[in-house]
Amino acid sequence: MKTFLPSKFMVERDPNRCIQCQVCVNQCSFDVHHYDAVDDEVRSREENCVGCHRCVIFCPTHALNIRKNPLDYRENYNWRPEVIEDIIKQAESGGVLLTGMGNDKGYRIYWDHLVLNASQVTNPSIDPLREPMELTTFIGRKPDRLELEKGSLRLKTKLAPQVRLEVPVMFSAMSYGAVSLNVQESLARAATEAGTLWNTGEGGLHRSLYKYSKNTIVQVASGRFGVHPQYLDAAAIVEIKIGQGAKPGIGGHLPGEKVSADVALTRMIPKGTDALSPAPQHDIYSIEDLAQLIYAIKEATNYTKPVSVKIAAVHNSAAIASGMVRAGADMIVLDGLRGSTGAAPKVIRDNVGIPIELALAAVDTRLRQEGIRNQASLVIAGGIRNSGDVAKAIALGADAVYIGTAALMALGCTCCQQCHTGKCAWGICTSDPFLTKRINPDIGARRLVNLLRAWSHELKEILGGMGINAIESLRGNRLALRGVGLTDTELEILGIRMAGG
Amino acid sequence: MKQASETKPVRELIIKIETAGLSTRELNNRLREAVTNGVSKIELHNVYGQRYIGTDLNKPVEIEVFGTPGNDLGVFMDGPRIIVRGNAQDGCGNTMNEGEIIVHGHAGDVTGLSARGGKIFVRDSVGYRAGIHMKEYGEKRPVLVIGGSAQDFLGEYMAGGVLIILGLNLGESDMHHITRYIGTGMHGGVIYLRGKITPHQLGKEVGVAELGDTDQATVEKYVGEFASHFGWDAGKILEQRFIKLFPLHLRPYGRLYAY
Repeated sequence: MKTFLPSKFMVERDPNRCIQCQVCVNQCSFDVHHYDAVDDEVRSREENCVGCHRCVIFCPTHALNIRKNPLDYRENYNWRPEVIEDIIKQAESGGVLLTGMGNDKGYRIYWDHLVLNASQVTNPSIDPLREPMELTTFIGRKPDRLELEKGSLRLKTKLAPQVRLEVPVMFSAMSYGAVSLNVQESLARAATEAGTLWNTGEGGLHRSLYKYSKNTIVQVASGRFGVHPQYLDAAAIVEIKIGQGAKPGIGGHLPGEKVSADVALTRMIPKGTDALSPAPQHDIYSIEDLAQLIYAIKEATNYTKPVSVKIAAVHNSAAIASGMVRAGADMIVLDGLRGSTGAAPKVIRDNVGIPIELALAAVDTRLRQEGIRNQASLVIAGGIRNSGDVAKAIALGADAVYIGTAALMALGCTCCQQCHTGKCAWGICTSDPFLTKRINPDIGARRLVNLLRAWSHELKEILGGMGINAIESLRGNRLALRGVGLTDTELEILGIRMAGG
Repeated sequence: MKQASETKPVRELIIKIETAGLSTRELNNRLREAVTNGVSKIELHNVYGQRYIGTDLNKPVEIEVFGTPGNDLGVFMDGPRIIVRGNAQDGCGNTMNEGEIIVHGHAGDVTGLSARGGKIFVRDSVGYRAGIHMKEYGEKRPVLVIGGSAQDFLGEYMAGGVLIILGLNLGESDMHHITRYIGTGMHGGVIYLRGKITPHQLGKEVGVAELGDTDQATVEKYVGEFASHFGWDAGKILEQRFIKLFPLHLRPYGRLYAY
């Protein structure tokens, strides 16, 4: 069938600079560049270009540039190019549209309408370069009250298991199979070096990564892939995955092509079969059932580690979160509308769920009202872009954040949204050995540690500017925030005041 | 808590635990302690709904349960053998890794959910979604044998392992199962069904075949074990015709998407 889809991008090759070296041919995993031996010339099939920039960055003579195809349709606010092209794709394939990464639609990004406070005159700001500044965060259930022994002042209250983070930024769940082992090793090593945690996702824990287990969150999801006693024992935290921001209510299908021998071994399923994660966990149909699985994991690990529950942020998250805490979760994770994925139906990714800022504020408020906020750490995920977002999230009530996309961008991701194809030219979201070797865990870990180091410094600057010296003092301190360009309802849900007021 | 003071290092190889009044956590602690002390057989008496029995015990031990164990019996279990003198509830053998559960009675919903290894024998019938998403890898191949019949969605999403359903409660004249949506989403493993079904009872991903020699050997092996556990005559069970249900595709949803 002749396709009616126009090219998304144009490849510009400067003939004066191109030396026909074919680096672009080798680097492109989407078959854009090809070498014509007869003419001794490298040419492009522009229709295949996804705009990932791999060729541009690796072209030794800077001969390449990728430009958006300026082809215009007649202007129509309703029938925009994306809408037209989605229909064409479906008319030509009859399939559910798949996509990768997070929601790219223009929903309001509330972080950009929140501003932080700083000290002026009435209280002194602090210079973090010369004064101690604390980002240490403990994840786990906190007691309702503390009792001390008379005299010795030793702690009498028995604390629930706590996990220490040196920086309140953890790496989101990305499973082996969705991302490559080199990516997971980069994340694991960076987490270990930076004193934070990475998350296995639901694809099991590869045997080579057990040595990083102190900094590992292992996931138990609906597919139960690679879940066995050693896996649970190894982890710092066990996370029950109910939902994901990119696809609330939807299961996952890791296509058989991605289930290589090693992925099969780690997930403990036959090579080449689809790894199907059912939409629900079939032993969880209620809060009571969730409690049952939480305590199954606690029993299986003899109450030695926190158990986390992750949900997608949806309309009634606050009530659900209350149930999760009461069911025994020591950490609850909210993954918002902009949360990312290795593959999701586009219609779900772009239309289901609520912005994380609103979910966070609603959940924190609700847990405080019920007097149970201390019983679980609150972690958010889904579109955290920089240390400013982290600071605002913590002020809104989060204990820590997960970053996924930002971490992958540190490794080279340019958000071309082709994760679902398994052809990632940056070697991140693929299991093709020719591509996965593009991530060197030595360099990958370095880039990730650098990112966390930079964000840590910036967080300290933000805290210092406010005249506080510990992230604890910012946590849930919504007076540190003001809103700009928000309606009364938005301000009310966020629990903050309008700037100037 | 009242039992705590009585707990002391146990030397006997076989012990009895009176579980009336013990919470789930207390009971499992007692089991952990006993197994750590090298006990090889434990009898649990008057069990009344305590959950997760058999989890976090990584040594071979036989646990005989008298009464009614609670949900998630043998969850994440890794080696023990549990004999239930009564009915098991929901989630029996949930995500089990290795070991054996023998139920002298019925078992509830999602029996054998996501089991990765080990064997489960249920003398009577099971609830909904039994054997859902069982999987296998290499030599790890879970086995679920059901003596009676099952509610709907038997072997849903099945990705591996062996599921045998004998229909011994159906009466030898008709032998017609009523289970619907058998093997919906199945993409691995095999179901051997003794008795009759009509095609509309099967998930659309399921194929039907006669037993080959390997199939016959598998069925004979596990029916033999079933019969010896529950005092049946294996030969008599095997006289009836079995059919084999298998996944038509390893990738049932491969053609669902546009890229």
